Amino acid sequence: MILAAIDPAREAELRDLLASMNDAPGRVNADNALVPFAQFDTLHFARFVILDDKTLEDVRVYGMPVRTYPLYLAFLGDVDGDPDAFVADLAKRAAKGLREIFSCCDGFTPHTDLVVWMRQHSCPPAANYVNCRGRTVRRVREEAALKDALDEYLRIHAHALSGLPPREVFTRLLEFVNTEKAAGRLTLSEESPTPTAWWIKNALHLIGVPVLVLLASPLLVLIAPMLIFRLRRLEKTDLELCWRVDQAHSDALAVSEDRDVTNQFTAIASRKPGFVRLWTLMGILLTIDYAARHIVRRGRLGRIRSIHFARWVLLDGKRRGVFFSNYDGTVESYMDDFINKAGFGLNAIFSAAIGYPRTNWLVRDGCADEQKYRNFLRRHTLPTQVWYKAYPELTAVDLERNRLIRESLESSSMSEQKSREWVALL
Amino acid sequence: MRLSEVDYSDVQGLVRFGYGKMKEASYVHLRVKDPASARAWLRSAPIASAVAKTPPPPTAVQVAFTAAGLEALGVAPSVLAAFSPEFLTGMTEESRARRLGDVGSNAPAQWEWGYGMSLPHLMVMFFAESGRLQALIQDTRGNAWNAGFEEQRWLGTAELDGVEPFGFRDGISQPQIDWERRRDVTRPQIDYSNVVALGEFLLGYPNEYNKYTDRPVIYADSSSAADLLPAEDAPGKKDIGRNGTYLVMRQLRQDVRGFWQFLNRQTGGNFSEAERLAAAFVGRTRAGDPLVPVQQQPIPGIGPDAARIRQDQFTFDKDSMGAGCPIGAHVRRQNPRNTDYPGRPTGLAKLMTLLGFGPGGFQDDLISPVRFHRILRRGREYGSDVLPEHALAPAPPNDPERGLHFICLNANISRQFEFLQNAWTISPKFAGLTGENDPLAGIRETLPGCPITDNFTVQKDGRLRHRISGLPQFVTLRGGAYFFLPGLRALRYLAGAGASDT
Repeated sequence: MILAAIDPAREAELRDLLASMNDAPGRVNADNALVPFAQFDTLHFARFVILDDKTLEDVRVYGMPVRTYPLYLAFLGDVDGDPDAFVADLAKRAAKGLREIFSCCDGFTPHTDLVVWMRQHSCPPAANYVNCRGRTVRRVREEAALKDALDEYLRIHAHALSGLPPREVFTRLLEFVNTEKAAGRLTLSEESPTPTAWWIKNALHLIGVPVLVLLASPLLVLIAPMLIFRLRRLEKTDLELCWRVDQAHSDALAVSEDRDVTNQFTAIASRKPGFVRLWTLMGILLTIDYAARHIVRRGRLGRIRSIHFARWVLLDGKRRGVFFSNYDGTVESYMDDFINKAGFGLNAIFSAAIGYPRTNWLVRDGCADEQKYRNFLRRHTLPTQVWYKAYPELTAVDLERNRLIRESLESSSMSEQKSREWVALL
Repeated sequence: MRLSEVDYSDVQGLVRFGYGKMKEASYVHLRVKDPASARAWLRSAPIASAVAKTPPPPTAVQVAFTAAGLEALGVAPSVLAAFSPEFLTGMTEESRARRLGDVGSNAPAQWEWGYGMSLPHLMVMFFAESGRLQALIQDTRGNAWNAGFEEQRWLGTAELDGVEPFGFRDGISQPQIDWERRRDVTRPQIDYSNVVALGEFLLGYPNEYNKYTDRPVIYADSSSAADLLPAEDAPGKKDIGRNGTYLVMRQLRQDVRGFWQFLNRQTGGNFSEAERLAAAFVGRTRAGDPLVPVQQQPIPGIGPDAARIRQDQFTFDKDSMGAGCPIGAHVRRQNPRNTDYPGRPTGLAKLMTLLGFGPGGFQDDLISPVRFHRILRRGREYGSDVLPEHALAPAPPNDPERGLHFICLNANISRQFEFLQNAWTISPKFAGLTGENDPLAGIRETLPGCPITDNFTVQKDGRLRHRISGLPQFVTLRGGAYFFLPGLRALRYLAGAGASDT
């Protein structure tokens, strides 16, 4: 993520520029002149969003003075491979457009080196979730083309295949796919090998984090009782700010929602004061990040299967947090997923935000007060000015199905049971 | 704390009864012409309550308001603003229409009523035993009615003896309201239950989250509010929502001839095959039998009536792949009969499932727990019926329109009706499917991100699925609106609105 303060005098100009990248609200022109997203074949999702936080006054409930922060522009992309390579590619293909956009930010002059500036303004997430690590845009597209080809073949030949046992259906379709591949009509590329450096880094992270936690454990055990005692007190006294949002705010968000089967979500909030809340939040985010990287099942965040990418970023000396995600379905069904399937995790993170519905032992209650929670989140949701998805029409579950279809076609042996499951995916 | 009993005399009868014995019904849409006269009529209107009477009365009158109607009656803006956003902005708001799939031929601009000036202020519903409807309507209207209201349109209904226009038995599955407030919703629900918390269907009571759904509550600062019941969750306040609920109405025109003619073409003119395919679309046979076996184990809220058990005591747990009842079949989309956890785990398995390490099947967790998305259906058919066997003939000139005045009751429109419509009825991505939506009630318009919506898949056990494409749209939306169906004390309060000004 690239984060830069907007020059107040240029805000209106920036908003116009960003709007010019869309065909209509919520519908980006993927080939727009400023940043032609479609040209970047490693880019899954991207967004430009102005972090215009209307809830800064919430800190008053803790008797704290209202701080003024710069108005930030955030630019996010979810990419395959090396992020630095992507930034370099961006600077090559979209230099003019990016310069035009970033020139509305503080300190960006016609002489600024674009790549250096973007690196300087890069802001790492505190926690990151990827639906299926290692699944590249190319792979997604090739597998979608495979599914389409199979659908079309089945549309014509279903009659001949309908009575056959699954293994026979599989064999026939495998033959078809191989013919198509040989004729160059279908491509199922081998994955380029994961760089060794990545493996080493990943392994170090896998082992390193638990080792550090283990090393710190005597200290953690020592302070835990105090932390828990204090947290319980705070939970009982922290105020809830969960009133219904202004209809105009809600309508403005809705205009750019539900333009595809997938939607974007951006929400910002101020953190509750005090080191207890800060440390708890950092611990939880570390846990989520670690779990998302090493533990959770492919295609699932806990029980949630509708999220493509999500990240949590802390800003301004960890005083504020922003949550970005790309999810399938409407915001209603997204909230429903959170509340009914992952409420505990949600509570653990978002209870650090001022005004969140009251939790109990950090993971209980909270979002179970469903309407308060929906109000809270809607109030903190920001309109996203520009949002790009590389594969419209496809949900995360579609991607998983297509992956399973492809993997079986490449597996060396198919049992009767596996063939049945495979045929059921079609 | 002892939970107070529901005061049936304060609830409109439609919440408790379908008025099935009253074979005749008619709905009138009204606009307020003169608020004072309108309020006068409403204050003395003979609105039937939910008190059970023996013998049951031969007639009933019910009333519900749109947000524009409450405003026209002079309800204070501060009170009005506390109703739900869906109710206030209405069904036709552009983003909402997109979410509901009300686009193209179903778009509000195409409707016969409900859009712009054709949106009613209120609806009065008349129910009567055969032969008594006209007299009821005559007796109910009067000088105050004539002075207070402009009659926009009358929507007649037809008695089709429990069979909806496509020819299927209807109204078999309904949630059972927990009137006694015995249901414990504080723990995750592992087994499917048909008993649903009172607060899902009536405002002022805890819902399936054990919370009180937002609604207008006020300080009892005026004498007109004194009669209102207190808000259980806000001591010292009076509850305008209590014993009321939201009523969703959609007029659905059904193309019965198109439906059977399409099925007949698909099955090469073999009518019994066409009926079998129709049953796959619906998820029940024409007689109403489910396509999966009923279970021995009782389901709370289904029974003790043996006929009901025979047709409704089932779930899709043993049919996760859809080989018995297609995954996209109408009844399966409308009520997937699932629970809070797939596979009903207990103990450690439950914890593992909670953390995302459950069985991990492709179908797991694709459908939201149904208990948060139930609706109480109270609709009636309209138009003359045509038997499926006769529907194959070309339509005669002036073939009358037929369909369903869909009416449902729910306390939270966005979580119940709208979720059901968006995520289950019209979603081409329901339960991991793609390229198809509800074969009966769905739409075949291109939806955002879904260019293809006209398939239907019949899954097979150990064989390649049968996929039908090119489904026409069988149901077209002709009108719709969100109403508030108040409790009777609230009705008197709302009818007294602005009374001091006159």
